[in-house]
Amino acid sequence: MIRRLLVANRGEIACRVMRSARLLGMSTVAVHSEVDATALHVALADQAVAIGAAPATESYLVAARVLAAAVDSGADAVHPGYGFLAENAAFARAVEAAGLRWVGPTPKSIDDMGDKARARIIARAAGVPVLPGSDRFSPADPAVTSATIEAAAAATGFPLLVKAAAGGGGIGMRRVDDPAGLAAAIESTQTMAARAFGDGTVYLERFVPKARHVEVQVFGFGDGRAVHLYERDCSIQRRFQKVIEESPAPGLDQATRTAMCEAATALAREQAYRGAGTVEFVVDADSGEFFFLEMNTRIQVEHPVTEMRTGVDLVAWQLLLAGGDPLPVAGQDDVRAQGHAIEARLYAERPAKGFLPSTGTLSVFELPATGAALLDGLPDGLRIDAGVRAGDTISHWYDPMIAKVIAHGATRDAAIDRLRAALAAIRIEGVETNLVFLQRTLDHPAFRGGDVFTGFIDAHKAVLLAR
Amino acid sequence: MPIIEVRSEITGNVWKIVAAVGDRVEEEAAIVILESMKMEIPVTAPESGVITEICVTEGSTCSEGAVVARLQV
Repeated sequence: MIRRLLVANRGEIACRVMRSARLLGMSTVAVHSEVDATALHVALADQAVAIGAAPATESYLVAARVLAAAVDSGADAVHPGYGFLAENAAFARAVEAAGLRWVGPTPKSIDDMGDKARARIIARAAGVPVLPGSDRFSPADPAVTSATIEAAAAATGFPLLVKAAAGGGGIGMRRVDDPAGLAAAIESTQTMAARAFGDGTVYLERFVPKARHVEVQVFGFGDGRAVHLYERDCSIQRRFQKVIEESPAPGLDQATRTAMCEAATALAREQAYRGAGTVEFVVDADSGEFFFLEMNTRIQVEHPVTEMRTGVDLVAWQLLLAGGDPLPVAGQDDVRAQGHAIEARLYAERPAKGFLPSTGTLSVFELPATGAALLDGLPDGLRIDAGVRAGDTISHWYDPMIAKVIAHGATRDAAIDRLRAALAAIRIEGVETNLVFLQRTLDHPAFRGGDVFTGFIDAHKAVLLAR
Repeated sequence: MPIIEVRSEITGNVWKIVAAVGDRVEEEAAIVILESMKMEIPVTAPESGVITEICVTEGSTCSEGAVVARLQV
């Protein structure tokens, strides 16, 4: 049993973790930077420790200070939330070495899944399909002939991307649709990569032209047993960040859904995974094929979608497992999902200006009423996880997400309608937000029809971003 | 030759200055990269020209609407 929990985070996730901790009878310790001294997560905690200046690199990311705050405050466990130190294996090790409980997977799992190459190898070993791709090769290497390149391309499959191994930001990346364009694309990528990174090494990867992002929530007991809590579709993204998430994934056939959930559970079992994790897949919207992308070894921003559909308090499960307490679940049969749940992320940003962030003070911040308890009102509920209240300042120091609005309904349409009505009832002044953009997305016939894919916002921007 | 002001559209921290006084920059080329809400956001030249002044320093905070650089166009 955990008695006192330090929450090593800020904003809505820190508030949300504290709610479950309190329901389980734990006292809570917040940490905060200088500019967060009066933040909501500090007000909700039983005690708070200042850990440094506003930049996260001087406060929330300084492992030694967070750990010292935990030890000095008498906490016996640390919950990292998401982001910041959540996937820092060295921090997890330090917490455990100090004799505290780490509310998360083992440092080994964090390390294994954080290394993308190793994660692919482990996924393959668990029988999980991974995106076909080639080994890295340098076209300047005399051992690499046009025959070996063609063989690698055939094994990868078309269309494919030629990517720079040293790269980032898509620099030099070329799409190739058939063998005829291969040699020129490889030469171009190699030249660009050599110029930008001083390394002309490239590799090939299958390109999915119309991709959906579908992920599976898993929970491992740390002893080789694991369950899944169904999938979430997170295809609506901007700047590679999710905006709307829902479960079940619209239009996904039952065989694919089952195969994905089983693959994700197998990956968790393979590692004797401990606690909450998310296995992310890219799904080819045309063929229905799915491929492993990565596993996130933490609680996810969009976890309430799953909680609304299953009635499970995932954070409570994390805390019970970390504290050595019995879980209210023995196996897959204990996990039931009903209806449809959908979440919209409320960001302080300006959609019409390329989703640039917006800063300021929330002179008005009014939310529609929701149930008092975390999972109140199921199966037809509304939940809002906010990290701010009226009068708070949204600074440029941290993430632009200020709240998550989650609705549940018997059908997808009912859930969308409930979310739409909740968004329409929100009043915010003092910063610009994506509220109107979110409502337009929910109203769009293509969204209503379930035609979601990662290029959705770009494809429909004339309507979604109109002035 | 007129000199124009290049202003920031957002509040952020000056992460990197990627051009120097005397540099000729093309329209939409980055002059300064700001960091705001975990994103790197470039402040770009509204027109092609030569930089006559950089008005910020790396690590400092830059407000929305603040002049980041001056450009002879």
